Amino acid sequence: MKSIRDLLGEHLLFRDFHPDLLELMAGCGHNVHFAAGEQILTEGAPANEFYLIRSGKASVGVTVPNRGTVLIETLGPDEVIGVSWPFPPYRWEFSSTAIDPTSAIAMDAECLRNKCDQEPLLGYQVFKSFARLMRDRLQATRLQLLDLYGNHAG
Amino acid sequence: MTPVLYRVEARHQELADTVTIRIAPIAGQLADPKPGQFEMLLAFGVGEVPISISGLGNGSGELEHTIRSVGAVTKALCTTAVGDVIGVRGPFGVGWDLDRATGHDLLIVAGGLGLAPLRPAMLEALTNRHRFGRLVLLVGARDPGSLMFVRELEQWRGRFDIDVAVTVDAAPPSWRGDVGVVTKLLSRAPVDFGNTTAVVCGPEVMMRFVAAGLADRGVPPGQILLSMERNMRCAIGHCGHCQLGPEFVCKDGPVFPWDRMEKLMLVRER
Repeated sequence: MKSIRDLLGEHLLFRDFHPDLLELMAGCGHNVHFAAGEQILTEGAPANEFYLIRSGKASVGVTVPNRGTVLIETLGPDEVIGVSWPFPPYRWEFSSTAIDPTSAIAMDAECLRNKCDQEPLLGYQVFKSFARLMRDRLQATRLQLLDLYGNHAG
Repeated sequence: MTPVLYRVEARHQELADTVTIRIAPIAGQLADPKPGQFEMLLAFGVGEVPISISGLGNGSGELEHTIRSVGAVTKALCTTAVGDVIGVRGPFGVGWDLDRATGHDLLIVAGGLGLAPLRPAMLEALTNRHRFGRLVLLVGARDPGSLMFVRELEQWRGRFDIDVAVTVDAAPPSWRGDVGVVTKLLSRAPVDFGNTTAVVCGPEVMMRFVAAGLADRGVPPGQILLSMERNMRCAIGHCGHCQLGPEFVCKDGPVFPWDRMEKLMLVRER
């Protein structure tokens, strides 16, 4: 059976991390499983845990008056559910639901924030990884905003 | 080069603004095109436009073209009825060179209407399935209602020897597929990136991000093929409308490798 450290090292986000840093982070993680349809994050709720998807698929959405939950993107293996955990006020800004049965490593946000504060090298590596993740999501959002596939004939 | 007369044999309304027409020669026929080539379609009394070939007649002389109504000529072509006659010149340009993918994994990435020029490549790859390693098709669309060739997509998804993934930019809650840009699917594509040939067609911005993403993952830039679309008029490299640096898109393309397009794609179309 693989340890949390091994699983962290397999995830795309932390694949290049030094084993010592993975070991340091591993104490903040545990395995979780979500059934299809199970709520993973609720917008406005405290950002206590974020999730590194190992298998399955989850949606990310936001509640819009008169429209219900609007689906923004889907996330799959090697992706991350929850990126608000490093920043005050530590609350989720979007909701997430498992579309398929989803296995993930749950990371205790406060535990990891404390370890990042105590060990600057870990903090730098973690925030560099999350900065890249956010860059990718920003890029994707901008491409979606462009409505590239629409018929823009004048 | 004089247009040859073709009759519309069938038409299929793909989307509200997009039609696939199947045309057959009336007298005399053009050379058989290769996947990725295009033809100049003439709507009599209106004008002529370059349109990629979305279906080959397999020697029958029949051709399929998928056309989106974006201007006067395409609107006229989209409103043709079965039995109507149009003019055709071609085939023109350099197509998808699937020979260079022999022995490699083949990754086909389509964005929106870009699935149309890629469809003949996909069908050729399926006909010669043994020539390639993994065969993967990634499709991006605006929303579930904007997907084209849905019946074929469903058939392809049902096969055990290919992988198909579809993602949309926006979807209703009932949608069970992926939501997000097509570039997100790259990391999940089950291919050996270092031994992959990629063929990509879609809006230029989408192709630029896809090509960069593939190069980042280790696909050799010369093995990433893009189908460019610029303002083509004559189709034989004489008029210069589609010139892009040293390249004439109509004659030297429309299919180019990424290593020849990476910098040229930043040149604005006049």
